[in-house]
Amino acid sequence: MDSPLLAEETIEARGLVYRRDGAALLDGASFSLPPAKRTVLMGPNGAGKSLLLRMVQGLLRPDSGEITWGGVRPKTALVLQSPVLLARTARANLLHALRIYGVKRRARGDRADELLAMARLEHRAGTHADVLSGGERQRLAIVRALGAQPELLLLDEPTAQLDPEATAHIEALVNQIHASGTRIVLVTHDIGQAKRLADHVVFLDRGRVAETGPAEGFFARPQSEAARAYLAGRLHF
Amino acid sequence: MDILDTFAEAFRLVWRLDADLVEIVGLSLRVSLSAVALASLIGLPLGAALATRRFPGRGVLIIGANALMGLPPVVAGLAVYLMLSRAGPLGPLGLLYTPTAMIIAQTVLITPIVTALTRQVVADLDVRHGEQLRIMGASGWARIGTLLYEGRHALGTVALAGLGRALAEVGAVMIVGGNIDHVTRVMTTAIALETSKGNLGLALGLGTVLLILAVAINAGVGAMQRRPQVRAHG
Repeated sequence: MDSPLLAEETIEARGLVYRRDGAALLDGASFSLPPAKRTVLMGPNGAGKSLLLRMVQGLLRPDSGEITWGGVRPKTALVLQSPVLLARTARANLLHALRIYGVKRRARGDRADELLAMARLEHRAGTHADVLSGGERQRLAIVRALGAQPELLLLDEPTAQLDPEATAHIEALVNQIHASGTRIVLVTHDIGQAKRLADHVVFLDRGRVAETGPAEGFFARPQSEAARAYLAGRLHF
Repeated sequence: MDILDTFAEAFRLVWRLDADLVEIVGLSLRVSLSAVALASLIGLPLGAALATRRFPGRGVLIIGANALMGLPPVVAGLAVYLMLSRAGPLGPLGLLYTPTAMIIAQTVLITPIVTALTRQVVADLDVRHGEQLRIMGASGWARIGTLLYEGRHALGTVALAGLGRALAEVGAVMIVGGNIDHVTRVMTTAIALETSKGNLGLALGLGTVLLILAVAINAGVGAMQRRPQVRAHG
């Protein structure tokens, strides 16, 4: 994977507001995504994390506020919490995605095989996607996103429904992708996973950024009451 | 001729592949399969576009397609007759009372069925795959192509439903075809004619073939509906 120029740029979100049916789902969220880091978005359900990822991906526009990229908008790819795969084999799913991404026909086969190897799914290449396990489906969805050669990979709770072994495989894959130069933004409720993966944390609460900073400091000394309650497993109203 | 003799005559005609019967069945299949092919060429992309695109007049088209699913064959036949008759806009083409006119009439009859059912199939698939395809940056046509391929089993069922409707209808082909012997006589019009003439053996033989085709089509529909039953585990 090419090492992107974006790794040197800070992405800034300022005052993001998104309202639907009179409710502010994002209510002035501002944060930075520092260069070359794995950023973990945390926060209770309904805090606006998945919404934020969709906004960064460009699927949604904020009612107000803006995201600045520090230059040219990077190539982004979003992996959804529940992978949506086509009713065909694992390899055919990748070939389809590569066609959509504009990869030349001759190069698609080799690239699909590379991606399958990266996901450790070579032995499942000809298996129908519907009969892959949850972990295999998620790994396939992640490498499918990599087919677009994104500079910024957005992962929405990629291990939410997986057992510890499948989770470990996903985390290893995420680290491999990050090591190859792709910036990562990951949403998770798993505090252990956040501690293992995060270089930087953005903590959201009720549509606002309650706290943001380096992961080490966040987990050792959370500054906001919302983050302290969340990390301690206490209810916060 | 009592009822048993009639059945025996019908069986003999089918068993011996009677030349008249084979000709009539062959023309029926040619007309109806051609109409299904044309209706699919129009209805599949149109239905998919109605499901995935937003454009002025979309709502009217959806209501129109849904309403025309119940279009009486004689009305479709009458409309095509008016277009193809000597005084009609397409009169100079001389198509009235030809198999081509019958294909046009059946295409008019089943295109709304294919369009409306395709729209529903693709709309359901778009709920599941639409966001993922947008994330991947699929263009409008790439999205439509993906969804049509993804719904291929269900859409095969749609085409078979159209074929069943085309093979079974009598009013449209009677009006624009004229039921001319060796030219435009198909199974349904022949059954009507032979029954009125008291030639029940041929009518029953044709009816038997029509029933066999209906069963085969339903078996095909059932097979297509069973195919995508694989489900995720773990």
